[in-house]
Amino acid sequence: MPSGLSRRLFRFKGGVEPDTHKAESSLTPIGKAPLPSRLILPLHQSVGACATPCVRVGETLLKGQRIGNADGWISAAVHAPTSGKVVAIEDRPSAHASGLPTLSVVIEPDGLETWVERAPLDVTARSPDEVRKALRDAGIVGLGGAVFPTHAKLTAAKSTAIDEVVINGAECEPFMSCDDLLMRERAEDVVRGASIFRDLLEPKRVLIGIEDNKPEAARAMRRAVEALGFDFEVVVVPTRYPTGAAKQLIRVLTGKEIPSTRRSPEMGVQCFNVGTAYSAWRFVALGEPLISRVVTLTGNVESAGNWETLIGTPFEEFVALGRPKPDTERFLMGGPMMGFEIPDLSAPVVKACNCVIAASSSLFPPPPPEMPCIRCGACAEACPHELLPFELYRFSRAQKFDKAVELSIDECIECGCCAYVCPSRIPLVQYFRFAKSEIDARRKEKAKADATRARIEQRKAREERLKAEKAERLAAAAVKTSGAGGGDGADAAKKALIEAAVERARLQREAHPPKNPETPASVEAAEKTPDPAVNPGDATR
Amino acid sequence: MDFISPPYLSRNASVRSVMARVLFALLPGVAVYACLIGPVILLQIAIASATALAAEAAMLKLRGKPLRPFVTDGSALVTAWLIALTFPPIAPWWLTAFGALVAIVIAKHLYGGLGQNPFNPAMVAFAACIVSFPALMSQWPSLTLETRFIDQILAVLGVSKELDALTSATPLDVLKTALRLAPGTPIAETLSDTKIHGFIGSRTWECVAAAYLLGGLWLLRCKVIRWHAPTGFLAGVVALSAVCWLFDPGRFAPPLFHVFSGGVVLGAFFIVTDPVSGCASAKGRLIFGFAAGILAYTIRVFGGYPDGVAFSVLILNLCAPLVDLMTRPPVFGMKKK
Repeated sequence: MPSGLSRRLFRFKGGVEPDTHKAESSLTPIGKAPLPSRLILPLHQSVGACATPCVRVGETLLKGQRIGNADGWISAAVHAPTSGKVVAIEDRPSAHASGLPTLSVVIEPDGLETWVERAPLDVTARSPDEVRKALRDAGIVGLGGAVFPTHAKLTAAKSTAIDEVVINGAECEPFMSCDDLLMRERAEDVVRGASIFRDLLEPKRVLIGIEDNKPEAARAMRRAVEALGFDFEVVVVPTRYPTGAAKQLIRVLTGKEIPSTRRSPEMGVQCFNVGTAYSAWRFVALGEPLISRVVTLTGNVESAGNWETLIGTPFEEFVALGRPKPDTERFLMGGPMMGFEIPDLSAPVVKACNCVIAASSSLFPPPPPEMPCIRCGACAEACPHELLPFELYRFSRAQKFDKAVELSIDECIECGCCAYVCPSRIPLVQYFRFAKSEIDARRKEKAKADATRARIEQRKAREERLKAEKAERLAAAAVKTSGAGGGDGADAAKKALIEAAVERARLQREAHPPKNPETPASVEAAEKTPDPAVNPGDATR
Repeated sequence: MDFISPPYLSRNASVRSVMARVLFALLPGVAVYACLIGPVILLQIAIASATALAAEAAMLKLRGKPLRPFVTDGSALVTAWLIALTFPPIAPWWLTAFGALVAIVIAKHLYGGLGQNPFNPAMVAFAACIVSFPALMSQWPSLTLETRFIDQILAVLGVSKELDALTSATPLDVLKTALRLAPGTPIAETLSDTKIHGFIGSRTWECVAAAYLLGGLWLLRCKVIRWHAPTGFLAGVVALSAVCWLFDPGRFAPPLFHVFSGGVVLGAFFIVTDPVSGCASAKGRLIFGFAAGILAYTIRVFGGYPDGVAFSVLILNLCAPLVDLMTRPPVFGMKKK
């Protein structure tokens, strides 16, 4: 068996090393969060399309029963985390920075926890497509925080075989320890889950990356790999934020750099979070859909720790488990680098929620007033994507979005390293998010306009073609009738007239060739590729 | 409780702490300067600082900007200190004050204040003064005559009757004169004159330069500056001076002499490293530094001014945006293999 210690590691440029604050929450075993009084299940809990509700208000549900069907391929189902009654299907505040209401199924638990009929999935007896579909219908999504539907990542690219499947146990965000605890306590299930991904993607290697500040987790995972007799490599990587970002971990373990314009399978690699692997295994082995996850509760609380929490548990009930200290001002969802303030504590824990941090101004001092950029370049050195944040900032601020695109603002992963090191304390990520959303809006607008223009041109071409054809037909008919009439002088004049009409029609045809065959392709291209010639600034001027 | 944008953590760096460390790194140089050349430099620093701070406050007020964060950010002080350290120590008080005014009012605030100035403000001040008052800007204190502190103070106050008695040509001036006027005289002879030559560079000034070097290395160590610009600058000076020296050792001084004369070390660690007016990419900084070094040597040896650091830096400030544009580092995942 290859030893993980001997693997050659690569470095990514940039990154920062904030205090990890992991010890606070990683000393106690994972607890089981009690059943809350209400469960609120947003139907949109994955990247892609929102699930469509398949239950009615008043309906009695069993634990694990599907309440929302996946809508299309990039979507995932949602399930009832416990048995009870649907009391409402309505817009509720979401666990999102905006706090905007989102369609949710509200369940009143009956306290019985009666399971729906569960059956293990015999992976060997099913086709890969059936397994993928089953994972979609079990609501398995990426639990690292991005909630991309897992089944949609389980297809290799047509042209390239998968070399590596990377299992992400890096957990680089400070304060967070849910993956650490999961690997320590349930290593074998995580490894078995990874084997499902391996079977579907058939990679040459499976690499499990864990930061070196989690030696216990690495040991547990090594033991599990050995006990199960897999040839997976557990690789300990240096602690450096954002090593746990998929692209950075892939870079560290394989040396491959994936630009935003390509999908990782095209480069022969795919990456999954350890929590995702665990959930996939629970489903395959026990038939349990994704209805709970481990959530770290830490920060300004009396007792920090990790909780196996039902999806849909309202934050107000969840945070009470840690007994927040009185000077707590706000609660963050996610880590302190990429997380956001929960705008409304009546919102629920969702699949994307890996960590909740009680924040006080002593723990996270409010930033001093923003100073002008002095171009010191610290941000460029810290950027793991080797961008020039100070230039992106300048262009974003001036709303010169085309320039920002030229400087690859699309590659920004909003990891916050730039803002972390900035001596002028400029909220750089905020500027970049603004710029990216503006750019996105303008691209969509342009794609729409292009599609409309293409449609109009198509119609125009069609009408002109018909007109020309009609002219030709009329001319031909005229020749026939004049041929029958005879009379030399009039005949010559008519002939000239017809020739002129035919010539006119020909010219018209040449000037507007029929566009139908090309147009769909060009519309598609316009939707896919950003047009650097667009000057979004024009719209605002 | 206001909205805070992520990340919620910070390295807690600030413009003020950056500037404070630059000032701290200048202290060894200031101390050696005060001991060996004359404590009058402290008076010059005080004049420049007071003028710069007053100008900064006045301009902020005029521009309707908050006073406290900007007056206390330390950037005006760094400019003031660099002016004091690059002007002759016995320059009249009003010249130093004029320099500080030019730097803060024209070079800094008229271009938009902190972070917006395309030119290094201290170097703009130096250039403006040496063009406007060439005689006064060339009066450097004699190192061989025992000058009393009180004489230096009188000179600064502008009431000294016998200013000429205080001054003498700088070592670089002597070399240039030798190169121009007496083509036959081997440079070795001029250099062997202990009035000019110290251990490795200009007499006495080499010690000040060594102290600047010490401060500069400390700045490197605590990562306030990066190695690229200083290394490029020193390499530029050394490269061209070495070529000239090897070509004709009889007419050109050795590279080490040039490094430890005039403003080269101060320039390398405290002036070409100015982030605002310099280049931002690593490669850009190397190019910026190297080109400035080549120009500085060219101006000081073949040009009409006593030293070339100020003009070379200003010329490179002009080129910095272009150099930055041409040295954009490749982005993650988009490197050509």
